Amino acid sequence: MSAVGAVFLVAVLLIVLALVFFLVSTIVALRRITAGLDTVIANVGQIVEKSAPVNEVVDAINGQLDAGVELLEGLLVKKAGMTDAMGLVEGLYPGAGAAGLRAFPDSAGTKAPRIGEVYTKGTLTLARLGREAPIAALSPTGAVLRDVEGGSLAARMLYPSVRHDAPERLPTSPVIGTGAPEQYERREDIGAPRKRLPAKSS
Amino acid sequence: MLWVAAIVLLAVVVPVVVYLLNGVLQAARSIVPSVEGIATVAAAGSKDLDAVPLLLTTKSQIEQTVAGLANYGGSLDVILDDAEPVR
Repeated sequence: MSAVGAVFLVAVLLIVLALVFFLVSTIVALRRITAGLDTVIANVGQIVEKSAPVNEVVDAINGQLDAGVELLEGLLVKKAGMTDAMGLVEGLYPGAGAAGLRAFPDSAGTKAPRIGEVYTKGTLTLARLGREAPIAALSPTGAVLRDVEGGSLAARMLYPSVRHDAPERLPTSPVIGTGAPEQYERREDIGAPRKRLPAKSS
Repeated sequence: MLWVAAIVLLAVVVPVVVYLLNGVLQAARSIVPSVEGIATVAAAGSKDLDAVPLLLTTKSQIEQTVAGLANYGGSLDVILDDAEPVR
């Protein structure tokens, strides 16, 4: 073999080796991509399948809630009148009166009275007792008065303290019987015949 | 003439082939982390939607709540007097 032929052979060999190395590496990378895309497709399919009924259910929930809102707004306006109703809404959620009631578009223009001044403080307090929605956490200012787990105590805390918070624990009744923490020995002379009869009166 | 061709093949063609193949390989490898990240996110998204069936419970609860509200409102409507009409 001539020298030129050897150089050609080496060059072709290098090219073939480079082709093998890089193409095999590319194939491995493409296979990893394929596996990843298979996972993506499977999970996206699950997402589509799981989220399919969401629209229908959420629409039904919204419909129910809209009906509840219309019912409550209608009852509030019917019983309290538009002006006082807007005053109560404004008193509970400052700024909400400007938006008005959903079922009464003209309510937004109603001038809401300051319900806390028109009525006693108890009106807002009673109204505030029932609010548990997070949207009302900051309005009106002050902690939520109703504690769902200790609702009775929360209501009693509104009144002057007598026994519900101070003293926290009154002395408990003593425990008697065989389970009593303090046991006393029984006197043997009780119930026994007298050792010495009392002297007879002369 | 053959010497020139051999040298060109060895000094030019081989590096060009290696350069091009290396570019393809790097491009393919750069896609792998992205695809794996997408797969992880898609799996997490699918898992997040496991709670979707609870919406049916929410729907049922809301229906019962609104029904109770309607009953309560109906009773209040009977008990409480209506507001006086605005004069």
